Amino acid sequence: MLDRDEDILKAAEDWQKAGRGVALATVVETWGSAPRPAGSSLVINDEGTFLGSVSGGCVEGAVVTEAMDVIQSGKPRMLEFGVADETAWNVGLSCGGTIRVFVEKVG
Amino acid sequence: MKLAILHELNAERAARRPVILVTDTESGEQRLVKAKDFARDPLRTELEKQLRMGKSASVEAGGKKLFLNVYAPTAKLVIVGAVHISQALAPLARSLGYDVTVVDPRTAFASPERFPDIPLIAEWPDTALPPLNVDAYTAFVAVTHDPKIDDPALLHAFERNCFYIGALGSRKTHAKRADRLRAQGARESDIARIHAPIGLPIGAVSPSEIAVAIMAEITAALRLPPKEKEEAA
Repeated sequence: MLDRDEDILKAAEDWQKAGRGVALATVVETWGSAPRPAGSSLVINDEGTFLGSVSGGCVEGAVVTEAMDVIQSGKPRMLEFGVADETAWNVGLSCGGTIRVFVEKVG
Repeated sequence: MKLAILHELNAERAARRPVILVTDTESGEQRLVKAKDFARDPLRTELEKQLRMGKSASVEAGGKKLFLNVYAPTAKLVIVGAVHISQALAPLARSLGYDVTVVDPRTAFASPERFPDIPLIAEWPDTALPPLNVDAYTAFVAVTHDPKIDDPALLHAFERNCFYIGALGSRKTHAKRADRLRAQGARESDIARIHAPIGLPIGAVSPSEIAVAIMAEITAALRLPPKEKEEAA
């Protein structure tokens, strides 16, 4: 993929400068057929507003929830989603792949 | 991510300079490596490989799990000549993710009817090209067959260090072109950079097939490591 989600990182910077708590979630590994490649990212602020995507919409809700904790604690964490995961029945990837998502606070 | 790193990352992206963000996914530690600093980085082999492929990836180095997030500028394609080949080339390049612009001062050629949804500039190269910020992430093709248009365009492409420069024309046509460019001050090393005849030799006949040959050659220039590139050529 040549093109990237151009405005997401700019939004992260703008939100942070406007005094919002901000987290960045990035796909760091994929196995099988994952909807979005490594490097895809989602930016979340403390109001729950988010931009971008780490999957085709399957797991964004769960990532946003985790991101709220990361904004609070300041500690990064690694999330994993996929059919082999026990949470798959709730938030799994319908395509059958597995992804790892790194969530970190901005600022 | 520290705000200072995010700020620098956004500044580099805005300037269309390639960078890789290296994250230790266990500790959360990060550093931003600019492409010009790759050569003296301990991870240089991995950094160079991932940038060339334009792909982010997790790697293990020195007992650490690192994520290399590649931020490469969107590649551009500047097509000088709103000819039949360009009508096939522009949409093909766009489907491959390139930002495409077509330049041709001849308004009968550079018409929106012939190039729906493609940015068109109906100006001479000396007016049209400078604002396009042609750079090292730009592929440049000159296909008008008219020296008055192609030659100044190629001289501009040399100056801007495009990763690919191609020009339409047989070997004979190209030899004449090389003489003209030399007379206008082009260096031998610049002339040697022109891919002519343009496109990989796949026996292309129709404009669409020629477009495929050109995009295949551009893809090789973008993705293959230098050594394999020489072997392919």
